[in-house]
Amino acid sequence: MNSSKQTASTSFKAPDSSSLQLNDQGRLRHFLTTENLSKDILTEIMDVAESFSSVADQAVKKVPVLRGKTIVNLFFEDSTRTRTTFELAAKRLSADVINLNIATSATSKGESILDTIRNLEAMHADMFVVRHGDSGAAHFIARHVAPHVSVINAGDGRHAHPTQAMLDMFSIRREKKEFKGLKVAIIGDILHSRVARSQIHALNTLGVQEVRVIAPSTLLPSDTKSLGVQVHGDLRSGLDGVDVIIMLRLQRERMGGALLPSEHEYFECFGLTAEKLAYAKPDVTVMHPGPINRGVEMDADVADGKHSIILQQVTNGIAIRMAVMTLALGANRASDSS
Amino acid sequence: METGLTSVDIESVIEEMANQLALQLKQKNIDSPLMIGVHTGGLWVAERLHAKLGLTKPLGEIDISFYRDDFTRIGLNPQVKPSQIPANVEGEHIILVDDVLYTGRTIRAALNEIFDYGRPDSVVLAVLVDRGGRELPLQADIVGMKLDLSPQKQVKLSGPVPLALETNRI
Amino acid sequence: MNICIKGGRVIDPANGRDGVQEVYISKGIIQGVGEAPKDFRAELTINASGSFVMPGFVDLNTNLREPGYEQKGTIKSETKAAVRAGYTTVCCSPNTQPVLDTPAVAQLIIDKAELAGYAKVLPLGALTVGLEGKALSEAYALKKAGCIALCQTPNNMTSQVLRGALQYATTHDLLVILKPEDMSIKDGGCVHAGVISSKLGLPGIPTSAETVAIAQIIEIAEETGARVHLTGISSAKSVAMLARAQFDKLTITADVHAHHLHLTEYDVGTFDANYHTSPPLRSQADKDALIEGVAKGIIDVSSGHQPHEVEAKQAPFPSTEPGISSLETVLPLMLELVDDGLISLTQVVERLALSPSKILGIESGSLSEKVAANIVIIDPEAQWTVNDENWQSNGVNTPFWGQQMTGMVTHTLVNGRLVFEK
Repeated sequence: MNSSKQTASTSFKAPDSSSLQLNDQGRLRHFLTTENLSKDILTEIMDVAESFSSVADQAVKKVPVLRGKTIVNLFFEDSTRTRTTFELAAKRLSADVINLNIATSATSKGESILDTIRNLEAMHADMFVVRHGDSGAAHFIARHVAPHVSVINAGDGRHAHPTQAMLDMFSIRREKKEFKGLKVAIIGDILHSRVARSQIHALNTLGVQEVRVIAPSTLLPSDTKSLGVQVHGDLRSGLDGVDVIIMLRLQRERMGGALLPSEHEYFECFGLTAEKLAYAKPDVTVMHPGPINRGVEMDADVADGKHSIILQQVTNGIAIRMAVMTLALGANRASDSS
Repeated sequence: METGLTSVDIESVIEEMANQLALQLKQKNIDSPLMIGVHTGGLWVAERLHAKLGLTKPLGEIDISFYRDDFTRIGLNPQVKPSQIPANVEGEHIILVDDVLYTGRTIRAALNEIFDYGRPDSVVLAVLVDRGGRELPLQADIVGMKLDLSPQKQVKLSGPVPLALETNRI
Repeated sequence: MNICIKGGRVIDPANGRDGVQEVYISKGIIQGVGEAPKDFRAELTINASGSFVMPGFVDLNTNLREPGYEQKGTIKSETKAAVRAGYTTVCCSPNTQPVLDTPAVAQLIIDKAELAGYAKVLPLGALTVGLEGKALSEAYALKKAGCIALCQTPNNMTSQVLRGALQYATTHDLLVILKPEDMSIKDGGCVHAGVISSKLGLPGIPTSAETVAIAQIIEIAEETGARVHLTGISSAKSVAMLARAQFDKLTITADVHAHHLHLTEYDVGTFDANYHTSPPLRSQADKDALIEGVAKGIIDVSSGHQPHEVEAKQAPFPSTEPGISSLETVLPLMLELVDDGLISLTQVVERLALSPSKILGIESGSLSEKVAANIVIIDPEAQWTVNDENWQSNGVNTPFWGQQMTGMVTHTLVNGRLVFEK
């Protein structure tokens, strides 16, 4: 036996997503990915969000449900938009919110993520809302937090962005009432999109008829079909008869990385215009996570047109995040007392 | 389940509550009150009172799940419903209706929620059953019936049609 | 000391031996197999009945981590792990700190290994200064200082530097060990570009990142006549390319890490950093082709040993350091393939001992008379658990932690000296 040997502090077979996300009563404890969550859980998130949507009508836009809880927005990657919606959601639930923008500085000073987590736990944080550039970061943190702490994934690398996906599901349900029979097309940079992955899992679990992805092959993952989608390289055929169109954001840095020749050519092939929209169902719903690159991803008149629900998505995003936070902290407490 | 309450004619109790309410409203010179029922049983009682009194303003609904003081112990009520209260309760005379008044915590939560929508001019409380056992300094203005129950017993209104009271040992 | 190993099944493909025979050792040399030399009197008799007696294994690329990364492992800790695993000789990678690109570092490593007294360590000199892929290191000086071969990982050289380096190595008749990896195609990838990378959104490494590099190396090796060994190949296509090159009589050899014969991309599961390896774990079809390549003798088996401190694996998956602390699981993993009828015991010895010795040009890998007694004795039935009690490496970064293994080294002799006994 070697005296200087290090011992393993963690279990070596990492638990899968569903056992990590649910408590022993099957309630949502962390929200890391939409994958492997049941239809019931996804529906419950939307139902609770529906109840929270009335809070915005109140003169005091606040409910006391998470009073005394401390929620830490732990952003290793800067995103003002996402952080703001989480912050607003937490404040409407009467939680105390701390915003930490770590954006590589603390870790480059030699502080590991685990050191950061331990420090915040010592300050009695109840929830971490985590944004990180590495796929798997939220899973990693969820595996290492104290039992009373919940983790919400606010976007990890290219992996998952489950609250964004659920606000899109919630927006679709409000528009279309049910998922059965729907044909949904997701257009754009699937390869780098955490949102698309989370949407695909959620749409398939909620029972839509068909999920299509429409993109140039340089912006598709190696094995796209294994995600449970149909792949189209042509926008017109891909849009044929769809009920819902979800546009993805196209990062400018994709140009020049041997992925796309130019914004102009991208718009010509994959940009959504009124002419192309006509291939979809007459009552098609158009969604986009914002901010829109007008003239690259879609025409301004489509973005602002009658099919677009882009601003409702933003409003729905707050209710969804309130729902997820309340459910996760509720599940944690419920499992404590049992 | 114990019987004994099944013989109570709830519709006539509510009729009597409506009469008392009408009298009080008249005495206070309130001609257009806003009635709000507490999910779920209180809403059933409120629906009947609203019809009997012929109120003009639509009936409001309130779900106090997000205002409960026991969230940290029991988590979120899975059947939470959206509250439907007019966006502005400023200057309104409110009739708050619930089925059973017990510890007073539900009414405390409902009042908090209502006040988050604005400042009403007045609130009166109407309950179908007052079973005693208060833990907060609250009382109802209109009481359909009083029951003296031990803390081991639970009284529950089932509905919406027909309404019936049940008591269970817990 | 005079040692007699008694009653064991001697498996020695170099001499066509497979049967119960006695092995007689004296003055660090094998004096006889089967028949005792005249007047031989054993001072120590090892009862090996029920066990295998094989030539000690030779590893073509081991990371010992010293000097510079002692938090991950030391020459002492890792050579001790090596002899426990059945390795009597290990080639140590030049990616130390300072880089093994000067005779002084080579000498330091040789001295420390001798002091530790476990496995023999053969240093691999850096092919380029600082492993930076730009200037050629002093190959002749390194060879004189005891470097058995030159090595470059990662493959960060331009085609021109690679060509020059291989050409120069022929001048001093030095073997060059390369990890075939086209860094621009790899482009920051951390898992196989396949089902799991698609699902988890992890940057993928396409198979072409390996095959493009192999094609480039094969062409340059053919043109320059350099002796090249590729360490750690991972794909079916790579095996086919090597089979073709060997058919064309090129002096190019390759190895696969033993765990690549057992694991696939699916084992990454949900971001399990213990399965973060370089090269990445690929598909089932790749795994099957690699096993076939081993069975056909196209490729050998190395450990790819990369011990890490616990913290190296405690980060989000892409930020963790790749690699497995793997020396000690090679033998049980190979015996599992034997159990499954995929390879023979003779092939285990060929791929782990005989062939690597030939590639390096060292007198090892056999139980021939009058050669140094580098011998391992294995209890093929012994079960052990991968845990603190049995583990010797400083790195506990293995996906097999907590699992039960069958087949254990009971004795290891290096130059006739018993350096490990269970």
